[in-house]
Amino acid sequence: MERSRNETILQYLSLDGKNLHALPEYLDSDFIKKLYGHMVATRMFDQKAIALQRTGKIGTYPSCEGQEAIGAGVASAMVESDVLCPYYRDHAAQLWRGVAMEEILLYWGGDERGSVFKKALQDFPICVPIASQTLHAAGIAKAMQLKNERRATVALLGDGATSRGDFYEAMNAAGVWNLPLVFVIANNQWAISVPRHAQTNAETLAQKGVAAGIPGIQVDGNDVIAVHVAMKQALEKARLGQGPSVIEAITYRVSDHTTADDAKRYRSEAEVLENKTKDPLIRLKLYLEKHHSWDEVLESDLKQKSQEAVLISVARFLKTEPMNAQVMFEYLYAAMPEDLIKQQQSFLTSRGA
Amino acid sequence: MAEINLIDAVTQALAYELQQDAAVIVFGEDVAHNGGVFRATVGLHKRFGENRVFDTPLAENMIAGLAVGMATQGLKPVAEIQFLGFIYSALDQIISHASRLRNRTQGRLSCPMVIRAPYGAGIHAPEHHSESTEALFAHIPGLRVVIPSTPLKAYGLLLAAIRNPDPVIFLEPARMYRLFKQEVPDDGQAIALDTCFVIREGKDVTLVSWGASLYETQKAAFELAQKGIESEIIDVATIKPLDINTILESVGKTGRCVIIHEAARTCGVGAEIAAQLAEEALTILKAPIKRVTGYDTIVPLYRLEENYLPSIARIIEAVNTVMEYS
Repeated sequence: MERSRNETILQYLSLDGKNLHALPEYLDSDFIKKLYGHMVATRMFDQKAIALQRTGKIGTYPSCEGQEAIGAGVASAMVESDVLCPYYRDHAAQLWRGVAMEEILLYWGGDERGSVFKKALQDFPICVPIASQTLHAAGIAKAMQLKNERRATVALLGDGATSRGDFYEAMNAAGVWNLPLVFVIANNQWAISVPRHAQTNAETLAQKGVAAGIPGIQVDGNDVIAVHVAMKQALEKARLGQGPSVIEAITYRVSDHTTADDAKRYRSEAEVLENKTKDPLIRLKLYLEKHHSWDEVLESDLKQKSQEAVLISVARFLKTEPMNAQVMFEYLYAAMPEDLIKQQQSFLTSRGA
Repeated sequence: MAEINLIDAVTQALAYELQQDAAVIVFGEDVAHNGGVFRATVGLHKRFGENRVFDTPLAENMIAGLAVGMATQGLKPVAEIQFLGFIYSALDQIISHASRLRNRTQGRLSCPMVIRAPYGAGIHAPEHHSESTEALFAHIPGLRVVIPSTPLKAYGLLLAAIRNPDPVIFLEPARMYRLFKQEVPDDGQAIALDTCFVIREGKDVTLVSWGASLYETQKAAFELAQKGIESEIIDVATIKPLDINTILESVGKTGRCVIIHEAARTCGVGAEIAAQLAEEALTILKAPIKRVTGYDTIVPLYRLEENYLPSIARIIEAVNTVMEYS
């Protein structure tokens, strides 16, 4: 699987749904359908979240449209005891890990309960300061190593994040200590308005691991099979104490950066339309139709069930009352210090409580 | 019992806690084989091994970020930043993550971690080795900032900091590392955080200080006593969160307050203490609150650094000024 950067990008599925290589045997029909189902549900969730933002029900929201294969491929290769350190466009990975749709809506709807999580209890909440989560991942991986546990950590980041020192520092630590850590760069070609070519003169982002002594590969990030296979190998290697990896998953951000952004200001519609033809969902659906008897009945059934799940989550989110405002004083320290108790009392007094 | 200096007390506390709590991990630049550039961790690597005490690559932001990640996995990281002047690249991790992880996850994840750093002027060190920027951290919700002033306090407060379930910035006054010795029983007894300590009682004026400045403050109090002025001295010890009650109680008795700190004046912790006294105790003050601080300048290189630091003479002058009011 490891290739030099001059070789081709790891890819299993062609745009028209043909398999370019034989798929690993463990990828059975049910599993591939599960991956597809997850990507469809994530897409529907994403569309609904954008609609909720447009109608003022949630705040600024970063769409993950077109990147579903990365999240699904990465998270489906993880086991429960692994730990995920996501950035803010990783809904697909988080949902697979067990984070609830209404939790993601709560977060972007301005409510801290969105990062509490009822599952994936050790996973970090999404990280806003770019690339800083890669260092948490290194710390978590170091802890796993110190405790001699067969677990691995995954840091997800974007192409812009590869310019930050945090990423280099995390890779350097992972390399020198041989940490059980996989860096996955979702290279979606755009860091808000700055294109990939203006971000770095490096030929690939995967090669950034070289200086840290970490092998790096490029995979087609719109090919969920390629992402999953690369990730599974990297994670198994990590858990066996054979060290970290860098995976550059090449994709395209078909959406605006967030709902507060207007990408038409800095890139052409033609570029976006061209990339939409590489949609990860279309490719996998064509593959399923060719090889696993997927048909419109199954498709329609899946979409209906996904839509129901999204709507139930949205309903739960919408009926969640805001927290009592005094909660802002809570959870800051394990035990509230006296000066903060005084401020909380003053707040309550000012509210006439 | 042998007497030890402040840096030995730090080592003693680290060793005690490494011994009694397997979750405690000590790391940083040069802390393992070299025992730290000030020798705070000397012998610990040999005694506890590579899995408990280790050197890191040279990257302060990485050290802080590692601590955050490790803390969420049930470990208690005690990281060393070699000098406070090198911590600034780690502010993103400290401010954006360590201080707020508990709050943003409502307690699901938290950061029981300590970042130790020597700080302060007066040791003839090179550029960037003399800052007192404790106020940067005192401003951040979710952090604790603790500064010991004696070997006994270094031992007890460091144990308390390591056992605390939240992130603690533990700033060790480098000038005090080897200034004097005390008997420090290795009994594992922590000293309470979030508490100011009255270290000298007096009826005329309250002197509030912390860290190395307490040395000059005590010398000044001694000289003032020769002239019949009795100072009460408060060692703030935990500057965030601030125990204003102990200060208020003392000022209630003396009616006068002089705050002494080595850090630059503007927005120093002295300003916060003065503001709280103005809010809570204006009517009992007999005189204006005075501050004796470092100036709003860059700490000069070492030929001139003594001119920057609050001196005994400046403290006495400030006390004499407030004593003119009755």
